[in-house]
Amino acid sequence: MSVSHVHCSQGNLIEVRDLRQTLSGQEILRGVNLDIPKGQTMVLLGRSGGGKSVFLRHLIGLMRPLSGSIRIEGEEIAQLEERELEPVRRKIGMLFQDGALFDSMTVFENVAFPLRERGERSEKIIRDKVARSLELVSLMGQEKKMPVNLSGGMRKRASLARAIISEPSCILYDEPTAGLDPIVSDTINRLIRRLQSQLNVTSVVVTHDMISTNHIADRVSLLREGKIHFVGSLKELHASTDPVITDFIEGRSHEID
Amino acid sequence: MKFPYSFPLTRSFCLYLGQVVLLTGETFTSIFAGRIRWRLVVNQIVEIGFGSQAVVIITGIFTGAVFTAQIFFQFNALNMSSAVGPVVSIALCRELGPVLTGLMVAGRVGAAMSAEIGTMKVTEQIDALRALAVNPVDYLVVPRAVAMMVSMPLLVGECIFFALTASYYVATQILNVNSVFFLQHMWFYTHSRDMVMALSKGFVFALIVVFVGCQQGLTTSNGAVGVGRSTTEAVVISSLTILMINFFLTMGLNIIFPAGGKF
Repeated sequence: MSVSHVHCSQGNLIEVRDLRQTLSGQEILRGVNLDIPKGQTMVLLGRSGGGKSVFLRHLIGLMRPLSGSIRIEGEEIAQLEERELEPVRRKIGMLFQDGALFDSMTVFENVAFPLRERGERSEKIIRDKVARSLELVSLMGQEKKMPVNLSGGMRKRASLARAIISEPSCILYDEPTAGLDPIVSDTINRLIRRLQSQLNVTSVVVTHDMISTNHIADRVSLLREGKIHFVGSLKELHASTDPVITDFIEGRSHEID
Repeated sequence: MKFPYSFPLTRSFCLYLGQVVLLTGETFTSIFAGRIRWRLVVNQIVEIGFGSQAVVIITGIFTGAVFTAQIFFQFNALNMSSAVGPVVSIALCRELGPVLTGLMVAGRVGAAMSAEIGTMKVTEQIDALRALAVNPVDYLVVPRAVAMMVSMPLLVGECIFFALTASYYVATQILNVNSVFFLQHMWFYTHSRDMVMALSKGFVFALIVVFVGCQQGLTTSNGAVGVGRSTTEAVVISSLTILMINFFLTMGLNIIFPAGGKF
């Protein structure tokens, strides 16, 4: 058993310790500590530009921290090389803010991409899995469309279908409802819930959308000034009397008109 | 040790060169490790090799034609019009063919590579590749590099062939050079080593275009403005590098394949 396994407490899929990051000379993360329990949806709240997305990108190795530790299922990933990260990334799916669909491919090819890249050659298996994945995100019949012809919500759903097709144990969502109308946002929220209950995945959702948070969260954390200010259940969040939290929930800026 | 770092231009040049060398190293490591997606290589050969033919053929035809005319005007005054064939042929093989093909391909293919990869970078598609456990160098750079290394020598050969055909036509049909003299002298003074030199240069220029173009694309930032800038820089840097490296290639290759003589 490796040393890293000894340190990993049971029940947490992701453990982050003292994570620090600086971008263009500005300290974005100043020692973030966060545990993300297996099979639950953790919502990370915070103001725009507060480093939430930067934090999320560290969890899949898209950014390398200045210092600190990130453990996924007990494995330390903070200092791994690009190729060493590939096995870790196969366990994690990520939904990017604008979908990040490959614009030279159709929806079908986008969703089938992870399967083909992992060596699946049987067209029948690929077709079946793509159909199932698109059905989960309610996007049947759109296979032949190019990403440029999809609406924002459809792009996100197609991207989600691509992220879940290889059955990851964890899905990272970067602002899943940003820029969507309330109805589409609700569809996405239900989808996140459904994926968690049907596939039993661990989800990490970065957002500043309180409606979405109330709908999907098992646990909530608040990132403020580069540190985790609060972690707790949804109930504890709403029961809190901390002015920072109440201001965030109720959307008060304290600016004088 | 502070000296080179106190000049920002020197520093950024060294940094850039280092990045291109690292990308080249990573690409060849992947190629030798067999991480080649052949389907993408074929797509790129069609895109780069097949798609560049019109540009390269037109360049070849008109360069051959105009060069023949100029050489004829000068040589005819000295009563040496039968030397037009070999002069045109050697100049095309050793210099004009590979350099002009290199420049045309840098403009067409280098720009496209940089723009496509750059757009993928700013729209997070490269991050999406990485998040899906696909290495962007393996997926984007390796197929383009292999396709360029295959296509470029062929395009150089094609350019020279059409240039010489145009040269023959202009010399014999328009300028009334004796066709037997033209062909005989051309054949006598042009050696296979001249052709080897052309193809070797083509191969080196392929590497310059592909690695500068891909490096520019992979380091694009700042949205649409950034894509525009990196595309322009890809063309400018690869064109200038081709012209500069060409001088050193000529001096170096001339030791291995000396000009003149006959066999």
